[in-house]
Amino acid sequence: MKRTIFSNQLLPWLLLAPQLIITFVFFLWPAAQAVRQSFLREDAFGTRTSFVGLENFAYLLQSPEYFNSLKVTAIFAVSVTVLSMGMALLLAIAVDRMIRSTRVYTTLLVWPYAVAPAVAGILWWFIFNPTIGIMPYVLAQVGYDWNHISSKTDAMMLVVIASAWKQISYNFLFFLAGLQSIPGSLREAAAIDGAGPVRRFFDITFPLLSPTTFFLLVVNIVYAMFDTFGVIDATTEGGPAQATNIMVYKVYFDGFIGQNIGSSAAQSVVLMILVLILTVVQFRFVEKKVAY
Amino acid sequence: MIENRPGLNLLAHATLILGVCIVALPVWVAFVASTHGPTDFMSGTIPMWPGPHLVENYSQMLGAGVSTSGTPPVGTMMFNSLIMALSIAIGKIAISILSAFAVVYFRFPFRGLAFWCIFVTLMLPVEVRIVPTFQVVADLGLLNSYAGLSIPLIASATATFLFRQVFLTIPDELTEAARIDGAGPMKFFRDILLPLSRTNIAALFVILFIYGWNQYLWPLLITTSSDYYTIVAGIKRMADAVDGLPQWHLVMATAMLAMLPPVAVVVGMQRLFVKGLVETEK
Repeated sequence: MKRTIFSNQLLPWLLLAPQLIITFVFFLWPAAQAVRQSFLREDAFGTRTSFVGLENFAYLLQSPEYFNSLKVTAIFAVSVTVLSMGMALLLAIAVDRMIRSTRVYTTLLVWPYAVAPAVAGILWWFIFNPTIGIMPYVLAQVGYDWNHISSKTDAMMLVVIASAWKQISYNFLFFLAGLQSIPGSLREAAAIDGAGPVRRFFDITFPLLSPTTFFLLVVNIVYAMFDTFGVIDATTEGGPAQATNIMVYKVYFDGFIGQNIGSSAAQSVVLMILVLILTVVQFRFVEKKVAY
Repeated sequence: MIENRPGLNLLAHATLILGVCIVALPVWVAFVASTHGPTDFMSGTIPMWPGPHLVENYSQMLGAGVSTSGTPPVGTMMFNSLIMALSIAIGKIAISILSAFAVVYFRFPFRGLAFWCIFVTLMLPVEVRIVPTFQVVADLGLLNSYAGLSIPLIASATATFLFRQVFLTIPDELTEAARIDGAGPMKFFRDILLPLSRTNIAALFVILFIYGWNQYLWPLLITTSSDYYTIVAGIKRMADAVDGLPQWHLVMATAMLAMLPPVAVVVGMQRLFVKGLVETEK
């Protein structure tokens, strides 16, 4: 809170106007429309809409496709989070040991942050291309027949790898910052007491890193749930047989391709509630981090 | 490092080198593919070392594009992406810094309400409300325009919070001194707040430029005229068309060009980038 302020009454509104107008027109109004449309249903010709109450939601809850999408989203989000955070933690611990080469390694590891999810998808799609890609060739040598066009598991692995790859650099930077903020004296004291590197990691480093880890957990789940649209659309487009149809992709697919506005809007509302929960978790956690 | 363990150091280096290789693998493969001719992909596996067609492929993509896929030359798409990324970055910074100034330095009725209106945008990513937002933009006649590409993505709670944080750390004495010297609010904003938040603005700009450049779903939906295709969205259209007739070398050249500007920004301005990343997540 500022003690010294300016007393103008009109000026602050003029300053806020651009932000508020854009927020209202492109955020609040569409969100309200999504809520409204989630209670409506259009007939087959799009000429009449009728109020159907919670029917769209009830329909979602009965739809095996929607449950499949929930399941796929959960598997996808957990896999991406675990894979990218695991890799990033390993690399951050290794860089944390370095003295002179920290900067070089950091530079070599951070740049994938700048690659668009859609481009990351295209790159991995090319590498895993069943006819000319190098990975299927390598996998064939060990007897695995890779085909993400027909195999559900392979398709899921492809989108998980592409999404996790892009997120490693982000997690790496935050883990490294977390590791470097742990006072060296703690680990030195443990070393003097005879604790080896592994023991020191599990008894000192990892617990002290937990605020960073929790924060990254939330961020990665949000990333996997919403920002990976480009990865999915550029590679599997939700297929084969809905195996990679995550919730965000389904909102888009049902709304634009399937033209089922009511169902798409109901799914939007469900997603908004999920983001709301995740945001609350994140903010509560940030407060905790301050007190840690 | 606590104690000297050569074995562990070696292991750490090995892990890192392996990590760097895994991270770089897809880009290396894409780069190699982009330097080969169309026939090199017919013979089974893709080559692992660069071929002789680098200049030829890139100049073809930048200048002419692939006529069969209906996408414009990559040069045009990169220009569109640049306009979009710059408008989003500058627009977000401009409206956020103004609203943060209003929220921190003034007391007015409904201040809390205004702040909450901005706050909720944090919970409404464009992917979630994509259908109604598209309808709004279509009703406003903003399809196929730079305004339609950038304005709906400009509102930002994160940037507003960041500037609010920055302003709250600026000592009250500065404001008092400015007021005693007779400076009005806008003069104070221009001569004191803006210079003091210069590095924050620069750091934020790096993050927002990457954010803007990498937009995918939004440009994909609202550009139907190829004049307004952005490169990240256009590459998918190109890959789709290519499916029938594999022109992987050209798709990968486009992918390389799509990555180049944001990666260059991250590598070239690493210090600002890290600062921006850490600050926007606080």
